[in-house]
This record gives sequence, structure tokens and C-alpha cells, in this order.
Amino acid sequence: MEFVNLTIDNKTVKVEKGTSILKAARSVGIDIPTLCYMSLGDMNIENKPGGCRICVVEVEGRKNLAPACCTDAHTDMVIKTNTMRVLNARRTVLELILSDHPADCLICAKSGNCELQDMAHKLGVREIHYKGEMSTYKPDKSPSIIRDMDKCIMCRRCEMMCNQVQTVGALWGINRGFEAVVSPAFEMDLEKSTCTYCGQCVAVCPTGALTEVDHTNQVIRALADPNKTVVVQTAPAVRAALGEEFGLKPGTLVTGKMAAALRRLGFDFVFDTDFAADLTIMEEGTELLDRLGKFLNGDKEVKLPILTSCCPGWVNFFEKQFPEMKDIPSTARSPQQMFGAIAKTYFAEKIQTKREDMVVVSVMPCLAKKYECQRDEFATDGNPDVDFSISTRELANLIKGANIDFNLLPDEDFDNPMGDSTGAAVIFGTTGGVIEAAVRSAYELHTKKKLEKVDFEQLRGLEGVREATIDFDGLPIRIGIAHGLGNARKLLEDIKAGKSDFHAIEIMACPGGCIGGGGQPLHHGDSSILKARQIAIYQEDKNKPIRKSHENPFIIKLYEEYLGHPMSEKAHHLLHTHYFDKKNEFLIE
Amino acid sequence: MSSVKIKLNPAEVEKLKEVCASFGNQSGELINVLHKAQSIFGYLPAEVQEIVAQELNVPVAKVYGVVTFYSFFTMIPKGQHPISVCTGTACYVRGAEKVLDEFKRRLKIEVGETSADGKFSLSCLRCVGACGLAPVVLVGEKVYGRVSADGVADILAEYE
Repeated sequence: MEFVNLTIDNKTVKVEKGTSILKAARSVGIDIPTLCYMSLGDMNIENKPGGCRICVVEVEGRKNLAPACCTDAHTDMVIKTNTMRVLNARRTVLELILSDHPADCLICAKSGNCELQDMAHKLGVREIHYKGEMSTYKPDKSPSIIRDMDKCIMCRRCEMMCNQVQTVGALWGINRGFEAVVSPAFEMDLEKSTCTYCGQCVAVCPTGALTEVDHTNQVIRALADPNKTVVVQTAPAVRAALGEEFGLKPGTLVTGKMAAALRRLGFDFVFDTDFAADLTIMEEGTELLDRLGKFLNGDKEVKLPILTSCCPGWVNFFEKQFPEMKDIPSTARSPQQMFGAIAKTYFAEKIQTKREDMVVVSVMPCLAKKYECQRDEFATDGNPDVDFSISTRELANLIKGANIDFNLLPDEDFDNPMGDSTGAAVIFGTTGGVIEAAVRSAYELHTKKKLEKVDFEQLRGLEGVREATIDFDGLPIRIGIAHGLGNARKLLEDIKAGKSDFHAIEIMACPGGCIGGGGQPLHHGDSSILKARQIAIYQEDKNKPIRKSHENPFIIKLYEEYLGHPMSEKAHHLLHTHYFDKKNEFLIE
Repeated sequence: MSSVKIKLNPAEVEKLKEVCASFGNQSGELINVLHKAQSIFGYLPAEVQEIVAQELNVPVAKVYGVVTFYSFFTMIPKGQHPISVCTGTACYVRGAEKVLDEFKRRLKIEVGETSADGKFSLSCLRCVGACGLAPVVLVGEKVYGRVSADGVADILAEYE
């Protein structure tokens, strides 16, 4: 390994050759400000277009200021990061950006969580010396994401996530000069593009240009309606991140406080999506064993590998980009939708409430869930199984708005019968978790033997594509895992080319899985936050007395009382779905 | 963008696909392919961009990004008689702007647009290497030299 020695603000720095000035400076505690730059180091995700020029520094012997994020450190460089010239340039650049930015911070959805606002504060901007034309674009509201490009500062993080990480290709920089903006093709609405609503663009947007569609008002209205029974479900990854919105350390588990807060918000039944995750394992696991059994019996028609189907961003991805493979994913609905279907049938009957009088709200780390619950196939007579899906961030706002001091809340339990879950369900919140949960149950159901060790370390981690072989009592089962749609694409291309030897593949659209979902508290480019959430998820799994889905007593009861058995006719009707070819109609015959 | 579906000529579509194939359907050849596509169709409507995206396996948003970045590419069909006014240095100092303004006034279009009857389109270019004739105007392949604002009407009359 080759090293270079340089001086930054009179400090001697030794870094590996090829390191940027920015990283070299940060390694010795010199925090050069950045705006467009973003790095999720552990996942090899880096955005450094060198566009905003906030990070400029003075390099001795060089005429122009250099952008620290995309200039390599060299031996004997002498760098100053805080000279008068640098500070003036930095402020001028920021003022120019602000001169074309609507100053509506007071009512902006991103206020208080905006990197542009923070930068104006950090640099102490009190006046904008430049006035001129302002960019105006038509607003674009999709079922999940709102684009307000008047607030775009062309950092191009969204474009990087959408193309390099997710390979979705919905957003791209268009036009040039003052008219340049990030947009779908032909400036069409996001809804008509290849967008999967994964929300990773929203998760990295430094300003209010990309935000989620806010459903909190509809939820408040439902809670205030005395004629409605309002049921809430919370996804596994929410409990590992919600605390961050209340100043708690990343990775703090707040399951009990969250249940308490939801009860205080006035939800009639505080349930858990984890219950439905256990149910998903019953259906998906059975489907896996069914396909595997047929395959082992020489059935040539059977579709393997089976792909998981819990992630709505991933479902949108293959419906829009790989529709020819729509028969491969499991037909099991996502836990959110299984929950809704069971709540408005089984549970509604139990409490003698009509489905029209029940409102099901889901709290999700995800923006694609907003679209998913609005899909036609998940409604009966126009009444959706899940009425509103709100993000982790929206729940935090609801709690704050209701004057609840979250940190002082006691730990409370979920209600029954749809609040009890196993450790297997909790790990749905991280990459590798769904397939580990499936393996725990499928192993026992297939081998009829007790699984001694339920922790499958070989399925865990944050590597983009992982694979493992699990021994099903002499039968080697090949498992693939991908998180991030770009990684998913690699596995899909292999299947398409007939090169895949996997029996089952888990796919999650967001880097890290749901812990890194588009609806989670913003990580602002700090990947240690995702790691902390992942550790918390596995901790919650360890804390559970039952860690295999098929041992959840309330799931067993649900099958006994209502569904019969996994993949029964009733289960098919309520818990399974089918997929559509949503490739944009080609315009030419 | 055009919201109306345009029916492309199937023979031209076939030709476009051949062009893509001749570049090995390589995504890196996008700009070259778009150049050829524009020479086939005269412009690059959304439908053409979709075919290029499909053939080169790149997002159509990227194709649109490239088309809108380079001023050479246009999504507006050229008129039957494309008019190009040279605004290179020599032509400019000798009054090209007045000539251009006269074309705009008479045709009621801006640079980059096509007249309502589809007859004329107007664009600017930089130097055709005939600075001795400045200011220079091209209509189709025909070169007009020492054009003045007063002469614009006569030029247009030739094509009425």
C-alpha cells in the first residue's frame, strides 16, 4: 500500500494514495463542509460530482481553489481549508445557490432536517447578495413521492441512487445551464416513469425537493372519528429507528415506547406487522417447500429459484423492468397486505365490526408501501385492506404533534391477537432476515427435525450480494441474498441467462433492507446508523422467547380458527396475489 | 414533450435499429447513435428516443438527458426548408442579429422552432467558413451571402 504525506491546516497527514483531500482532512478532525457530496462507505456508495463547490480549499501553488471531495491528496501538498479566500468563495457559492431557492423554510416539509438550511446556518449567511431569475418547475405528486424541483440544488444524489445503486433509471439530469434539473424522461410525472417508489432518492435528498406524500392528516381524521375502529400495525424496522427522531442513539430499540405512544395517539388496537411477517413465512415457506418438492420429483415446469415478495419496491421493479419473470417471485403478499386482509376479515368478524367501519393504518420504513396499499388488487369493493401507510418519520411527527414526551413513556405490549410475533418476524427488517426466517421454518417443516441453532450467521451482513448453502439434513439448499435493486438486477440477469443455481433468493430494494428504507429517519450519509439499526434488529430477535414463525401460538390459532392450512383456498384468496406486466407500453408496434 | 403518439415510418425504424446494431448496441455509443437517428428522422421525437433506449439498454431518462443537453439535438421537427443564420464572429459583427430578428418577425417563430405550416424552421450556427460573405444564411443546402434584414423577404419569397 502506497501512502502520501501532506499538510492540511498546518497538520501533517498521512493517507493512502488515492484518498481525497476531504477524507484526508476528516481523518485528522478537520471537517470541511460539504453539500452535494455523500458517502455510505460500507456499501460502496459515494456521490461526488464536485458540483456544489462548497468544499473548496486552497492548495499552495495552485491558481484555483480545489474541490476537496474530488481532488486526490498528493505528497507534499500544503492545504488550507479556512483562509479568507476560501471562506469568501464558500459563502459566495452558497449565496448563489440560495438565490435560486425558495425561502419558504418555515413551511417546508424538510425544515429542521435540511442540509441546505444547516449549511446556511453553519456559514452564518445573513444576507443574500444576489437576485435574479428563479427556476420554476411543475410540481409532481405520485402515490408515494412528491417532487418540488424548485428546491433542487443539483447535488445529483438522487440521480446517483436511482441509477448507480438502484439501476431504476427513473431520474436523470436534463437540460443545461440554468435550466438543468433532475427529472424523469420527457419531464413526465414520476408515476409514469420506471420509478419503483423505493424512496432512496428521498432518503438522500439534502433539501425539500424530494419528500414523501404525507398521510398524517388522514390518520388524525380517522382517529378523531368516533364511528371508526382504527387499527395500527408497525413494521419490524420502525422500532429500530424511531428513537432517532427523539434524540436517542441510533440502534436504540423502542418497541415498548412505540406501542405506548400509539395507544396514547388513540389507536383502538395496537398491533404488529411482525405478526403478519410470521404469517408470510407460513405461506412463503410452504410455497418454497412445495416448489422444491416438485423440483426434486423431476417436475420440469416448476419455477426455481423462488424470490421473496415482501418488498413493494422490488415488486414494482420486476413488474416494470422484468415482467417476463413475473411468475418466479412467491405469490405471498407482503406482511403489510397480509395484515390488512386478516384485520378486515378475521379480526373484524371477531370484534363484530364491518370492514367499512375499520381503518387500518400501517407504520412503515418505506415509501413504496404507500403505493402498495393503494393497488386495486388489495381492496374489496373499493375498500382497501390497508387504508393509510405512514413512514417512520410521519409517525414521529404524529407523536410530537400530540404532545407526547416519547422518552418518558413506559414500555407497553402490543394487543392481541395480531400483536404477538416471533424473532423470525423481527429480522424481516434487515437484509438477510426474511430468508433466515424462512429457513428456520422450512428446515423444521421439511426435515421434521428440531433446529438446534436458529442463528444463521452466513446469511447476515451488509455485503450487497451474498450467498450461502444451508444443509437441510443432507439436502443442500442454495440461498441468494441481494439488497439494493442494482444488486437484485445482477441476480435476475443470472436467472434470465439460466446461470442461477439458487433455490431461493431474498431481495430487498433498499440498501441494508428495511432498516435503510426510504421512510426511515434520514441517515445524512452516515452508514454507521444503518449498522446500529441492524444490530438492534438481531438483538430484538434474540430477546424473543419464540424465534420460529410456525411456533407463534396466535398464528397456529389463526390457521385453526380461520384459514385451515397454509396455501388453503382461503389463504390463497386473502394472503396471495399475482403480478402484472407494467413495462411502459412501447409506443411503436 | 409530445403527448401525442407519433406514428413513425416502419422503414425508418428498421433503419434506426440497424444503426444501433452497427454500433454493437453499445451504451457508450449513445451520442453517435443519436446523431445518426437525427439524420434519419430529422429530429428526435420521444418515440425515437425510446427505441434507442431499448436497443442500447439504457434508461430512456438518460437518452432524454443527453438529447436535452446538446444543442445539436432537437425534439422539434425541422421545417421543409430549414433556415440557419450564422452567428459566428464575422457574421455577427456585420449584422447577423438583425437578419435573425427579421426572420423571427416574419415567420413568427423563435430560434429552434418551426413555423405553424411546417414550411420553415429557424436555427443558428457558428461559422460556415464563408466569412468573406458575412453575414451568411443557409436555407437547406443553399448559401446566401451578404444578407441584410431588407433581403430576408426576398429569400423567403423564393420558397413560397
